[in-house]
Amino acid sequence: MASTTARLLAPVGAAGSLFAFALDVARGLFRRPFQLREFIQQAWFVASVTIIPTALVAIPFGAVIALQVGGLIRQFGAESFTGSASVLAVVQQAAPIATALLIAGAGGSAIAADLGARKIREELDAMMVLGIDPIQRLVVPRVLATMLVAVFLNGLVSVVGVAGGYVFNVVLQDGTPGAYIASFTALAQLPDIWIGLVKALIFGLIAAVVASYKGMNAGGGPKGVGDAVNESVVITFLLLFIANFVLSAVYLQIVPPKGG
Amino acid sequence: MGVEIKVENLTKSFGRQLIWGDVTLTVPAGEICVMLGPSGTGKSVFLKSLIGLLKPDRGSIVIEGTDIASCSERELYEIRKLFGVLFQDGAMFGSMNLYDNVAFPLREHTRKSESEVRQVVMEKMDLVGLVGSEDKLPGEISGGMRKRAGLARALVLDPEIVLFDEPDSGLDPVRTAFLNQLIVDLNAQIDATFLIVTHDINTARTVPDNIGLLYHKHLAMFGPREMLLSSEEPVVRQFLNAQRVGPIGMSEEKDADELAAEADQELPPLPPIPLQLEPSNGIPRRSQREPGGWCRENGVTPPPGSFSPGMAMATGA
Repeated sequence: MASTTARLLAPVGAAGSLFAFALDVARGLFRRPFQLREFIQQAWFVASVTIIPTALVAIPFGAVIALQVGGLIRQFGAESFTGSASVLAVVQQAAPIATALLIAGAGGSAIAADLGARKIREELDAMMVLGIDPIQRLVVPRVLATMLVAVFLNGLVSVVGVAGGYVFNVVLQDGTPGAYIASFTALAQLPDIWIGLVKALIFGLIAAVVASYKGMNAGGGPKGVGDAVNESVVITFLLLFIANFVLSAVYLQIVPPKGG
Repeated sequence: MGVEIKVENLTKSFGRQLIWGDVTLTVPAGEICVMLGPSGTGKSVFLKSLIGLLKPDRGSIVIEGTDIASCSERELYEIRKLFGVLFQDGAMFGSMNLYDNVAFPLREHTRKSESEVRQVVMEKMDLVGLVGSEDKLPGEISGGMRKRAGLARALVLDPEIVLFDEPDSGLDPVRTAFLNQLIVDLNAQIDATFLIVTHDINTARTVPDNIGLLYHKHLAMFGPREMLLSSEEPVVRQFLNAQRVGPIGMSEEKDADELAAEADQELPPLPPIPLQLEPSNGIPRRSQREPGGWCRENGVTPPPGSFSPGMAMATGA
């Protein structure tokens, strides 16, 4: 009986310790000295592993939306709104999601692997023994760097996605270039960009915190590091899609759709 | 000066498995102690508890009036500045070269200028014989070098307590001898408290002032070197002389049948107690006692041939 309860409560405990870890990171944010060097290095590192895959993912993402939305919209006879619909879909939904996938898959896994390797080589222990808090020294700069890069990637995906949509709409679907661009603001509005940025920021936070948590709690040799990386990516994906749903629902309640 | 470590009733278990219970001992200030034990008796766990990396279930570890087992995170980070720890594999930061590794604590904790840092780092690198390898990455050097680099890093903040996690594992006998001599010389020079965790009995017989033996989830014995080396206590005797006859079996403990089978076996006589290693740098160690002193005071007759100069380091019969 007791063991069944324990097994049922285990996920609650895991969620709780992840949350406690996030609080430790939040406290570490305000602890001086700020690790500027580590922050810049990590931002550069995360950017370097994510920029190219993100750009490559963004093109088909924009194209798929353009094809789908373009086809649908033509059936309604509203071709003049193609540009607007694709901007709306890319900026509000596709860009943060593509960013999230790449940040979690490329950036987060790299962070989890790095911290996990340090953990099993006792580097983190050594650091603590030298009187340095690894959360403040290593995790905080990584979290901030990931959030910063996520925001920039979000911008990149938006631009590349919309451009990709333009190419597919104009070249493959015989849309008119003028109509595509001119209708941009018919449905989309400025707050759509803000929510995209806020989403990217939060996704970056979640991805980095989960990856750091899993990495720092890796155990049992090289296999433990592999498991930690794997778990961190899966958990991050789950959390990101839930967060995306909640943020979208809240946003749609607060900001009414344009022209509705 | 060195600082005393007072451990009382320390108990640690992982889940339902008890690692060791009710360990009580005092590591005297400025002395060299060795903690021995068969593989898997939680020697490294003991070491990690001493620096607060693992929280014991019960008991206290008092260093300069602070109880490590129950103090706050902030106090823990403060008290850790007294420590230098040599980890089993050196635990060097893989992304930095040896120089930056050794300089790391200085850059994080002191406001020294780069030239002062260089001076201290080079001094410690010289001490462990690594001058010329500053630019190498930890992945590029041998295990022995990593260990020595780890020692240089542990010493860079002039610690009051130095902990060694198996300094001799994976080293050849010559390097082990050099490292042991280095430990004794360092103790003479910086006067810190040294605690060495090992299962190398050569080290245990010749280096320390005190020996402790962890066995079967408790501290079997802790005391002056000569007390343990002349002890007739079966576990201590078996382990310190690397014998097969005794209560320790291949997997932790022998069962009753095995013990009964060897009940009538004659135990080999205790080998002579070797002389303690002396500092080679001419500085006398404060805690060095004269050979045979403890035996005389306590009326124990050391095994024949003990304390003779030039005696070969016997490792059991």
